[in-house]
Amino acid sequence: MTRSVFRFWLPLGFTLLVSAFLILPVLLSVLAGVTLNWQRGPAGGLTFRWVAEVWGLYADTVLRTLLLAGATAIADLLLGLPLAYVLARHPSRKARLMEELIMLPVAVPGLATALALIILYGGWQSLRGGSVFILIGHVLFTLPFMVRSVLAVLAALDIRTLEEGAASLGAGPWRRLLTVVLPNARPGILAGALMVVTLSVGEFNMTWMLHTPLTKTLPVGLADAYASMRLEIASAYTVVFLLMIVPLLVLMQKAAAAASGGR
Amino acid sequence: MTFFTAFWLLPMARLALFAADGREGWAAYLTVVTHPRYFESLVATVLLSAAVTAATLVTGGLSGVFLSRHRFPGRRTLIGLLTLPLAFPGVVVGFLVILLAGRQGLIGALSQSLGGSRIVFAYSMGGLFLGYLYFSIPRVLLTVMAAAEKLDPALEEAARSLGAPPLRILLDILIPGLMPALIGAGALCFATSMGAFGTAFTLATRISVLPMAIYTEFTLFADMAIAAAMSLVLGLLTWAVLALARSATGAGVAAAA
Repeated sequence: MTRSVFRFWLPLGFTLLVSAFLILPVLLSVLAGVTLNWQRGPAGGLTFRWVAEVWGLYADTVLRTLLLAGATAIADLLLGLPLAYVLARHPSRKARLMEELIMLPVAVPGLATALALIILYGGWQSLRGGSVFILIGHVLFTLPFMVRSVLAVLAALDIRTLEEGAASLGAGPWRRLLTVVLPNARPGILAGALMVVTLSVGEFNMTWMLHTPLTKTLPVGLADAYASMRLEIASAYTVVFLLMIVPLLVLMQKAAAAASGGR
Repeated sequence: MTFFTAFWLLPMARLALFAADGREGWAAYLTVVTHPRYFESLVATVLLSAAVTAATLVTGGLSGVFLSRHRFPGRRTLIGLLTLPLAFPGVVVGFLVILLAGRQGLIGALSQSLGGSRIVFAYSMGGLFLGYLYFSIPRVLLTVMAAAEKLDPALEEAARSLGAPPLRILLDILIPGLMPALIGAGALCFATSMGAFGTAFTLATRISVLPMAIYTEFTLFADMAIAAAMSLVLGLLTWAVLALARSATGAGVAAAA
């Protein structure tokens, strides 16, 4: 088959242009992060000085972000698994409504949610000052993704019939949960957890409002560096962030493909 | 559900009441949509978001249809590159725009070396537009690709063999077939652009888009009632757009990341 100019080469050129627009700035930031002086360009010399400096300045934000992402995933599992299970077992109008409701924090901008949290709970110092406040925001924002991911897998499996089969063979509720429900939901749980971690690591809109100087996360630190540090340090910090988020994204897409049946 | 009620429903209800507790009472909501300063930022945000949505649908739509219709070496890599920015938060996108169009940016350096003046537009509407576009393209692309895979290519083949020119095929087959996906992706793109705080935070130092206006009102003027009213209006707006798109297409609109 010959490939026509209009149907193949032109759109290919266009698509390549789009991907250049998306990738070029990323390459620029990597380059700027290891360049001695960006004004003079990379020819002026390369260095890891900026990366080291970023590590000295912001290592605590990296650690806090990872801990927070882990805690968010655990909280989402504890809250989301039972909810997804109930929604899958008893599909009804009420269940649909509940699913819609928990989606709201995703549809409404994080800024509004953060403001609402601050107004209601901001006076409560021990809560406001700690990382738990950020954790609450992250859980609100990520929970629907976990629930949907698990729910999709459970619904595709017809978990109800499976459980009835196990029950008719004499398996109790605990045994059914541990040997039937959880193993079958595993791909959904894995995909959901990876998605939640990726989202939590990159969350800024809410975190910026909820953080305190003592509870900075990586994206908050990034905003800080963009505003007040030299371009090379900001770039090096961005590179550190990319090194964390890109592997997560790749893993997440693999897990999501596996959860939706290896497509 | 208890968690959700305690930390989202209750705070949101409080936010709605709080806005009415200020100097102006319930009129705060009226002020937010009528006072020139707030109204201007509302209009600017809506226009910007609409422009970004249109541009994203065209670029993401074209690339998405192309990638789903052709198989060629390097296709997977290309898709990988195009979806990489999915995980970037708005702040990072803002910084990437600065690297492109900022004072020490690539576009400025190029235009200068070509003998012109240094072009810098990162901190204007153009920069915001570029940033929102960057943020939205991967999301729209994925949605369109998924929808185009399900669209039967035989329809296009039939039209082509009957002598339909490419434009007719586009208008009569591709666009109607992809309509639900386009509406869904467009609504999502519009809603995220309306609420995009991260990108605006790094770029909008001089222009007032809604999320920045809320933030300034909250931190600088400490007018909490107005900030609360504005964020509620913003929240209602984005939610309404998404809900409308969903009822129009009957399908679930995938959530923003």
